[in-house]
Amino acid sequence: MSAVKKAFSWVRKHLVVFAGLLVLAYILLPNLVVVIFSFNKPDGRLNYTWNQFSFDAWLDPCGSPGMCEAVGLSLWIAVVATLVSTVIGTMAAFALSRFRFRGRAITNLLVFLPMATPEVVMGSSLLTLFVAMGVHTGRTTILIAHIMFTVSFVITTVKARVASLDPALEQAAADLYASPAQAFWKVTFPLAAPGIGAGALLAFALSFDDYIVTNFNAGASTMTFPMYVWSAAQRGAPVQVNVIGTVMFLGAITIVGVAQLVGARKRKVDA
Amino acid sequence: MALVVPGPRPAKRVTVKRKRGAFTPLLLLAPALLWLGVFFVLPTISLASQSLQSGSTSSGYTFTWEFSNYADAVVRYWPQFLRSFGFALLATLITLLLGYPLAWFIAHRSGKFKTILLVLVVAPFFTNFLIRTLAWKIILSNEGLVSTVFRDTGITSLLQMVGLLSTDTLLGSPFAVVAGLAYNFLPFMVLPLYASLERLDLRLVEAASDLYANGWQSFWKVIWPLSLPGVVSGTLLTFIPAAGDYINARLLGNIQTSMIGQVIDGQFLTVMDYPLAAALSFILMGTIIVLVGLYIRSAGTEELV
Amino acid sequence: MAVGTQRKAIGELRLVDLRRTYDDFVAVDGINLDIPPSSFFALLGPSGCGKTTTLRMVAGLEEPSSGRIFLGADDITNTRAYQRRVNTVFQSYALFPHLNIVDNVGFGLRQLKVPNWRVKAMEALELVKLADRAKQRPRQLSGGMQQRVALARAIVNEPDILLLDEPLGALDLKLRREMQVELKRIQSEVGITFIHVTHDQEEAMTMADTVAVMRAGSVEQLGSPAELYDNPATAFVANFVGKSNLLPIEVGTVGAGLVKVASHGIELTVDSAQFPDGQTTGLQLGIRPEKLRLITDADATLVNRLPGQITDVSFAGVSTTYLVKMAWGQEMEITQPNDGSARAELGQSVTIGWDPHHCFVVGA
Repeated sequence: MSAVKKAFSWVRKHLVVFAGLLVLAYILLPNLVVVIFSFNKPDGRLNYTWNQFSFDAWLDPCGSPGMCEAVGLSLWIAVVATLVSTVIGTMAAFALSRFRFRGRAITNLLVFLPMATPEVVMGSSLLTLFVAMGVHTGRTTILIAHIMFTVSFVITTVKARVASLDPALEQAAADLYASPAQAFWKVTFPLAAPGIGAGALLAFALSFDDYIVTNFNAGASTMTFPMYVWSAAQRGAPVQVNVIGTVMFLGAITIVGVAQLVGARKRKVDA
Repeated sequence: MALVVPGPRPAKRVTVKRKRGAFTPLLLLAPALLWLGVFFVLPTISLASQSLQSGSTSSGYTFTWEFSNYADAVVRYWPQFLRSFGFALLATLITLLLGYPLAWFIAHRSGKFKTILLVLVVAPFFTNFLIRTLAWKIILSNEGLVSTVFRDTGITSLLQMVGLLSTDTLLGSPFAVVAGLAYNFLPFMVLPLYASLERLDLRLVEAASDLYANGWQSFWKVIWPLSLPGVVSGTLLTFIPAAGDYINARLLGNIQTSMIGQVIDGQFLTVMDYPLAAALSFILMGTIIVLVGLYIRSAGTEELV
Repeated sequence: MAVGTQRKAIGELRLVDLRRTYDDFVAVDGINLDIPPSSFFALLGPSGCGKTTTLRMVAGLEEPSSGRIFLGADDITNTRAYQRRVNTVFQSYALFPHLNIVDNVGFGLRQLKVPNWRVKAMEALELVKLADRAKQRPRQLSGGMQQRVALARAIVNEPDILLLDEPLGALDLKLRREMQVELKRIQSEVGITFIHVTHDQEEAMTMADTVAVMRAGSVEQLGSPAELYDNPATAFVANFVGKSNLLPIEVGTVGAGLVKVASHGIELTVDSAQFPDGQTTGLQLGIRPEKLRLITDADATLVNRLPGQITDVSFAGVSTTYLVKMAWGQEMEITQPNDGSARAELGQSVTIGWDPHHCFVVGA
């Protein structure tokens, strides 16, 4: 085989790797830009062109008025919405995957529909309800909306995990003198925990990131972080927005990375 | 010694009562169902009723079976509807094309880097998508690398030929909107694809090649059919939100690229023509449900997501 | 419920008219069994015969549609699985993946609030020779090891009865043989009643004191392995437990001693003790392949003889198996020890014969 042919076949064999890495680069490119531009000192109000390296925004992350309050509100909403939807979503997921009952199919459909509905429809319909009932929109209505659209994702994620568990494990627990409640807490729950964790993480990300549904149900005086970014984008987003974006991105990687390392170490100690 | 007890065959039959709680699933489901019922089903009904009302914010609304709202919505905004579904379809195809190799790479070729790669696919979620979309504005700007490369390699002319670009500028074009949509929903495609492909036993591919299938044939006859559940949920998770999205159209497009989400948003929050806005929402939702139903039926997968 | 307290009639299990139906499918059709304490009992049958359903009802994992289950003097029909002093070795082992080996084995003891559970769990692991793996996770162990952990996890609770649901099904042949011996040893060491569900007749025969052959939800025959093999009650048992050659027979009167019968017009002799009570029609004569002999016409020691032609020869080292085609088309299987006697060849015309005491008679 000639060298050219060899090289060609090597490239062919690893084509999928190159393609995969390119796509990954496409996914990560905007984040890289966000990180880089968090060190920019823009020439004027618009942070769209590179001007000068500076730590200004990092040293004064709350320097843009109202932004840190918006981040705080978004975090509060995301945490509370995640807690509520994880608890009620997990309960529903267990009911759907461990029991046979009448109306199961329609329940599954009801869980699926919010995921199949565009956000703009969900947001607007919820607003018509609030308007019809004379409810003032604000942080409570945002919270209600966030729990509503995250709970389906929690149910789906947890259900998939529970469905993959061997039912013989619960039977083995019952066989070994564990009451249904004990079997749940000692066997089923710890085994479903990764799914519950994934569902909670997804709920948090969806809630913290949401703009469309939130914007419909926020009212005039409430502002979440995505709403802040949106309105700032109209007049030129401050560099601090990129700082928050960078912190969230690196924070997520760190948390998941640490969780993985701890998990790996635990497995090693057990071995 | 063990014996078969000969006792009379139809002996007294004791029927065991089913005492295992029939209420347990109901109790477990109640909070979530109640929440979805009150804050999803009820609003949808409310929206349906709103879409058939007439009146205005100042004079109040009355329910009058006002079907003209629907006619009005279609007549005035059919280009936006068409554009929304067209852009969403294009973006979905692009994410599928891009997501498949990445999902395969992570599932079968990444070795010990698997977890890290999965984290990298998900991590961008945690940076607000508005911020990331704004970053695309920087990337696609006229002075940016992408514009220069596209101009120099003739990609710009190619995109102009297929109608995704009208000028030399990348921003404010259908191209930018579709690229932004594809980018935004790519992880929703990669994750279910990964889940499907990871379960796929590579020995099946070996078996296919043992049975005289070449690479292309084993892809179409073995890998693709087995990955269909992932393809179906990935395309749904991409197409549905993309069809209703308007952030990309607003930030990366121009007036000629406006999507139906923008119209609904404007009618609700700026014009405040609630009945028309509700009719628009309902048409969007109904069309998506019909399309999804047809798609799922033709794909032959019952299991969703 | 503390371990080690005095138990009355340890491990005597009685099933009375036990029945389980699913919609219109009858899985278990009113079976009655009495299993004495400290025995090794096997439920043998093909898949779908109801043996696993029976086992699960004893474990409390499945509710009977009707009938009663007694353990010693207690009616346990309506008690839940976790209230029964019965433990199961599951087919898939069902080891808890999130717990290490010793925690798996100690699970039941901790539920029963046994104070020195760790010591007992380690003892049980010693018994199955896995004490050095106590800190590992189930997935780090081979299939055979996992099987032994599942066994230790069950017997450590000193249950009244141990249920084994096809416990060796996932193991390879060599390991299965080893585990058969091991299970037998452990059963005699701990003295617990073992109820073993299997579709493998050889496994049931080597291990069990008593075997119940099940078919379509009912017990077809109950007995020791030797009884089942030498005197099967039905054609099903004759073919499920070992192999049999069955010939339809016509019978006149059945007196004492040897009786003359006819099959395909040929006169044969059978010991009258073999006949099922009072039945004279629809009977079949059964002969095991190793009880048949290839004989020469001059050989007059065997009174039962049938002529035929050899259609297949397969050599298996210790023995050779022939198929001999009869005049009416039936192929009889004959296994001859390779003890130096002459072997027959394919296509050769031969005569086969057997001793009247070495055959049995079954109903239709």
